[in-house]
Amino acid sequence: MQRIEHTPQVVPFHFDLSDHVRRSVATLYSHLVTRPTGQALRMGIETRIRESDGPCVSVLDFTEVVVLDFSCADETVAKLIRRYCAEDPPAPAYFLARGVAGHHRETLETVLIRQGMALVADVTGVGPRLLGYATELEHAVWAAVEDAGSLGLAELPARVEGDGVGDAASTLVARRVVVPGQGGRLHSLSRLALSAA
Amino acid sequence: MKVIALPANLDEAAFDPMAAALAGARSGAVAAGVGAGETPPGPPLLVDAAGVRWVDPYGALSVLAVGHAARASGRVARFRPPASPEVTSYLRRMGFFRHAGGVYELHGEVGQGEDTESDVLLEITAVTDHGDVHRVVDRVYERSGTILSTQLGYPRELAMQFGTIFSEVCQNIIEHAQAPGWVATQTYHWRKRLGRKVVMIAVMDLGVGFRGSLEGEHAAGYAGRWGDAAALEAAFMHGVTRFRDPGRGQGLQQIRRLVGRVDGRVSIRSGTARISDVPDWSDTPPLEQNLPYFPGAQICIVLPARETPA
Repeated sequence: MQRIEHTPQVVPFHFDLSDHVRRSVATLYSHLVTRPTGQALRMGIETRIRESDGPCVSVLDFTEVVVLDFSCADETVAKLIRRYCAEDPPAPAYFLARGVAGHHRETLETVLIRQGMALVADVTGVGPRLLGYATELEHAVWAAVEDAGSLGLAELPARVEGDGVGDAASTLVARRVVVPGQGGRLHSLSRLALSAA
Repeated sequence: MKVIALPANLDEAAFDPMAAALAGARSGAVAAGVGAGETPPGPPLLVDAAGVRWVDPYGALSVLAVGHAARASGRVARFRPPASPEVTSYLRRMGFFRHAGGVYELHGEVGQGEDTESDVLLEITAVTDHGDVHRVVDRVYERSGTILSTQLGYPRELAMQFGTIFSEVCQNIIEHAQAPGWVATQTYHWRKRLGRKVVMIAVMDLGVGFRGSLEGEHAAGYAGRWGDAAALEAAFMHGVTRFRDPGRGQGLQQIRRLVGRVDGRVSIRSGTARISDVPDWSDTPPLEQNLPYFPGAQICIVLPARETPA
């Protein structure tokens, strides 16, 4: 894959969640269940983000995760997003889920929608998808950026129909599901994470 | 001595009469109390299972719960095992006597050891901390995958979410009951009732109950309507919890959704009320009130096989 011109520099972190949780709680837990497990996982991820020097993408890998319950998903994913996608986040962090199977997807969608959040996920057998809460227009703008890899704001109206395309793009930037670059370009988070890896 | 004679079928339907008998014994003890401000322990309680011919996980946990409640009120609790060797053998496989030994004085032959057979998906397991939840999920996952997909005909994705149900109901004990509890599950063939196989999950605790868990945060908003039924409706129907964290309160909602997808049934009894999601095949009322009081919460989940197994 070619590197995108004027690509923002991001540092990718890869978290194999099932492996990480084993280390975090020092027990051979093969499933991501319970709130304390989710808290331990989140604290480990936050530590890595704190240690980074600039924008970073945390890749949350669910490939080896078998059971994911709502409590753990809420403590890990939803609380990370709530904290780092707030107006004044502690660090410029992005999150990308990968290895997301159908049963993970349903759980993640549930906890995200409940709190009006969104997350980019590489869904197994499907490809990158925007999970959680987003309007139809936001989905369309996100998909256009995802398809193109990178788009200028001025290019969006030609690709996405509807009023308020610019506002939708701003919302997606604020929610950290696309990455802003130089000259108002928007970059696909999934492609950026892959190219930076 | 107060005697509670258990019925031939020891299942969810037997719970209310047991609770009534226990409450009657308690009020009798209070009536015979030795003075104001004192709570007399009352006479010993004998739970007589001699006539039991059939028992399911809910029935087995009921007996433990009744014994614990009696002990908590200071009474001596005794248990007479079933006369039927088959029922005693089943209870042994479920690990019942290991738990009952800490609650009851056992009066009768219960046999030795604990057989292990494949029809028991999860023996009676105490849930006291989050480590127990992990152990329950691990155990159920090991044993249930094949049963759910081949015997009940569930799609693989749905079978994978089975562990989530266990995780959420067990966490409900730890985070809301503020007291220990138990969980058990087994597969059956409900020939008469449904003509299909089912998985039954029973979960019980003797904690503060839904009313006690929610009262501090939410009772004022209900004014005169507050009670066990209102608390159950708030938690079961609307995901209300005592926590202010917006991510809380999803567990029961998601259990209802998953169970509803397979045309299953969920019921929760707490205090003096029971609320249920009722599929077409069940004649359980959606809400029952003014039941005999029993502490904590008692959950019953029934997951039937798909009508046309894959």
